[in-house]
Amino acid sequence: MQRYSLFSLVKHALSHHERWAPAWPEPEPKSAYDIVIVGGGGHGLATAYYLAKVHGITDVAVVEKGWIGGGNTGRNTTIVRSNYLRDEAARLYEFALKLWENLSRELNFNVMFSPRGVLNLGHTLQDMRDIERRVNANRLNGIDGEVLNTAQVQQKVPLMNCSPSARYPVLGASWQPRGGVARHDAVAWGYARGAAALGVDILQHTPVTDIRVRNNVAEGVETPRGFIRARKVACVAAGHSGVLAAMAGVRLPIESRPLQALVSEPLKPCLDTVVMSNAVHCYVSQADKGDLVIGAGTDGWNGYGQRGAFHVVEHALQAVCELFPAFRGVRMNRQWGGIVDICPDACPIIGKAAVEGLHFNCGWGTGGFKATPGSGYVFADTLANERPHPLAAPFGMERFHTGALIDEHGAAGVAH
Amino acid sequence: MLQIHCPYCQEPRSEEEFSYAGEANIRRPENPAALGDEAWADYLHFRSNPRGPHQEMWFHAAGCRRYFNAERDTVSYEILKVWPLAKVP
Repeated sequence: MQRYSLFSLVKHALSHHERWAPAWPEPEPKSAYDIVIVGGGGHGLATAYYLAKVHGITDVAVVEKGWIGGGNTGRNTTIVRSNYLRDEAARLYEFALKLWENLSRELNFNVMFSPRGVLNLGHTLQDMRDIERRVNANRLNGIDGEVLNTAQVQQKVPLMNCSPSARYPVLGASWQPRGGVARHDAVAWGYARGAAALGVDILQHTPVTDIRVRNNVAEGVETPRGFIRARKVACVAAGHSGVLAAMAGVRLPIESRPLQALVSEPLKPCLDTVVMSNAVHCYVSQADKGDLVIGAGTDGWNGYGQRGAFHVVEHALQAVCELFPAFRGVRMNRQWGGIVDICPDACPIIGKAAVEGLHFNCGWGTGGFKATPGSGYVFADTLANERPHPLAAPFGMERFHTGALIDEHGAAGVAH
Repeated sequence: MLQIHCPYCQEPRSEEEFSYAGEANIRRPENPAALGDEAWADYLHFRSNPRGPHQEMWFHAAGCRRYFNAERDTVSYEILKVWPLAKVP
């Protein structure tokens, strides 16, 4: 792997930047691998990277139907935080946040992690009680958090309408200073480059058309480039996890829904933190390029069409315009709908399916991006050691049988 | 936004009048007391979640307030047919 540094930048400037090696090669698929990871998004690539880096397992292929960075990983609102209510979720997301803090150095790739702080607004007395409870729970778990009052929120975000006569009066907020945003596609590229350098094959434009199962054992995946045999098949396909499950003849406790987001035209710097509001459903931050990145909600019904209903976008923008009157004249540049995998308890599934050799890392729903490094780390450990990583143990498929669900609907930054 | 033809009201109405009630044809177990954990989980949580035609229940919440079934393509979002709960298409 060609290391990136100031020295290499200067060196390549002399040849007009025309001699950079590709970040990762485009190999032909081998006929068999130890582990085949289906899905080349952030979670799948991170899994491959940590399998190679931490566990020395390099006979791994990542098969991706599109191109790296072309799915939900490259199309989300990039918010990173760990202020979850339940102990199990808080530990997992905090583990991920700690990996984020050193990720650019780890990957020798600038993922532009910017811990600019995350505000979750409270608009009613009940919101504020929930915020107090969540911040207290976070602090007991060693996660940074503060409860701010209206004046403190106004000081952090001068553009926000915090007046008592506002349509959505701001009574206060929770504040996680270590939260922030990251450059989403750089995360995919960084992990792809890192994994490929350690010997992982990254197979783009290779859709999985079937999972071959014999005597309840997964044997490999069918692709247009031929059958690829695998000792373990690891599905990390977000909203399309259910489609893969159906190929193997199993069902998941998941429904796939379109989740929409938008970006505006670029503006001068005006918002230097992340603002989320559960009650009125709005989340907004400003990218380094200057565009406002705005998250809307999920559609109320199952869908794979990668587009969502207009009234969902309208609802989110109404809230943005009420909270930030100055944004009313801003034009939106692009809008998209990604397919997300929603679990009944809004928590992921990390573990084995009913078929031997078939593993899933899915159900991250509307908030998987923030977990990317942690998800990959614990899933790699789970695959390598044939037992759940301690942080992943509460998130197995069996929790739907025992009833030990981890209800995080209330503590997600926004209600979906 | 979907336009949904309510089989009771017999007219197309905006999606915002309806709420979604999930996959259709999931029968409550006949003898719940005899059901094991896996069968319970299957009934409560596990869904087919197909990419393509999907039979699902809708509730005309801001209209006649009655439930009905629909078959909808989850990729094109086209509603292929609707029918009252009691009937089989």
